[in-house]
Amino acid sequence: MLKYLDMIFFDRVSKVYPDESVALENVTFSIEPKEFVSIVGPSGAGKTTLLKLFLAEEKPSTGAVFYEESDVHALGKKEMNEFRRKVGMVFQDFRLLPNKTVYENIAFTMEAAGRSDEEIEQDVPHVLDLVDLSNKVWNFPRELSGGEAQRVAIARALVNEPDVIIADEPTGNLDPVNTYDVVQILKKINDLGTTVILTTHNKGIIDSLGKRVIAMDRGRVIRDDRSGKYFA
Amino acid sequence: MSTKEMFLTKLKRVIRTGFFNFWRNGTVSLASVLVMMVTLSVIGLISFSGAILDTSLVELKNKIDINVTFVPGAAEADILNIKQRLESLPEVFLVTYATREETLAAFKERHANDPSILAALDELGENPLGAVLNIKARDPSQYASVAEFLESGNTLSSGGITIIDRINYFQNKTAIDKLSALINAADRLGFALTVFLAVISMIIAFNTIRLTIYIAKDEISVMRLVGASTAYIQGPFVVVGVIYGVVAGVLTLLLFLPITYWLSKVTENFLIGFNIFSYYLHNFLEIAFTIILSGVLIGALSSILAIRKYLKV
Repeated sequence: MLKYLDMIFFDRVSKVYPDESVALENVTFSIEPKEFVSIVGPSGAGKTTLLKLFLAEEKPSTGAVFYEESDVHALGKKEMNEFRRKVGMVFQDFRLLPNKTVYENIAFTMEAAGRSDEEIEQDVPHVLDLVDLSNKVWNFPRELSGGEAQRVAIARALVNEPDVIIADEPTGNLDPVNTYDVVQILKKINDLGTTVILTTHNKGIIDSLGKRVIAMDRGRVIRDDRSGKYFA
Repeated sequence: MSTKEMFLTKLKRVIRTGFFNFWRNGTVSLASVLVMMVTLSVIGLISFSGAILDTSLVELKNKIDINVTFVPGAAEADILNIKQRLESLPEVFLVTYATREETLAAFKERHANDPSILAALDELGENPLGAVLNIKARDPSQYASVAEFLESGNTLSSGGITIIDRINYFQNKTAIDKLSALINAADRLGFALTVFLAVISMIIAFNTIRLTIYIAKDEISVMRLVGASTAYIQGPFVVVGVIYGVVAGVLTLLLFLPITYWLSKVTENFLIGFNIFSYYLHNFLEIAFTIILSGVLIGALSSILAIRKYLKV
């Protein structure tokens, strides 16, 4: 059952799509505040479905997903928006807003959260400095390299000081140097007290992190290691 | 921040974002504005075609009059007496008297290109035509009572015999009624057609705007995932829709200036006294209001309807 210490709790969650394909089967695990958790597994193991269920982009077929005691699929519209603002998302394909500059992409997240103009003017340059992109403030996403775009995405995820950062294959489109940079930034964020959930199938990242690893295969959790390696 | 301040801040941001999006999606905006211009031109057409048909109907009704032709032997005193009594009728606006000689001169002029008729006239030796009273009523509907007055024996000469040869009202009346019915039918058909065209072009405008939002559907889902509220996502799209409407409206109104100026020569020849250009200038405020309001409504409503589909995440 739900342990009140936990921040995120998946309670016997299954997800079966209308075409009968099983994406998740009876998944149960919990994540504590300030943890750095990597979720690994081959394509189709259910990693992305897991994250979609957590963000309430999709509903579970059975079971429930809790965030700080509340069932995320039972949230009203307003609570849902508030919940999503507590979660920073980083995607493999960056998902920046193409018609907004770097500055505006980050400012948009703050605007959506109802922050004042003064806060925005103060925080955006700060967070861009943190990801080392102060010189690209007025560029559009199409003018950035993959590594730069991903760092903007991380800055966007960070700027509202979320409780959790979810990074879904953030290094999937990046070369080793940029991959290293992104992982270092995530690690720094975690050191500053934010929970980080990372999905990846990059063995090198997991081995170098030395943090908790949840391994998945065909919709099931097959291993949950406190300080794991990709293969135990 | 107070709730009111927050609302104003959000409103300002939504409007600013709308303007940015309009400007940055230049090609898409241009296409949408052009499509919208077609729609608004059709709506403008409704106003113009209505005015043209109304004017032609009024013009036609003004052409109605009564010509009373007297027998050639009628005494001028009797004719003038009838003229005076006609003028005393409240329905009658104007009575003009044409003497036998004037009628003949007008007849000759009318048939100046027809030598056989002129020759026949010469053969007769004397003027076969009678004097004519031309009567104009204040209102077309009053001709019937004027004609009745003439028919009812009020117009016998002092000698008690009728001096009226014929009254052409009854011959013209059927032709005029038919023409009025024709114009009315054309008016209705024209209206139905323009409404039909307007509906079609509105659907096209709606679809164009829907496409522009379809292009942005990934963007919308990202906005959702960073926790933006429905109104905050929808707002800029509605602003862009309104900008499409206003820009297309202003361009359409400008485009109407040279078009109506050019058409005014045609309409002035065809419909005497109706100048479409001066009609446009005189009714500019009303037409501008209709067109811009239509543009704003179509733009905003299309955006609201189109975006709903992508806001469900």
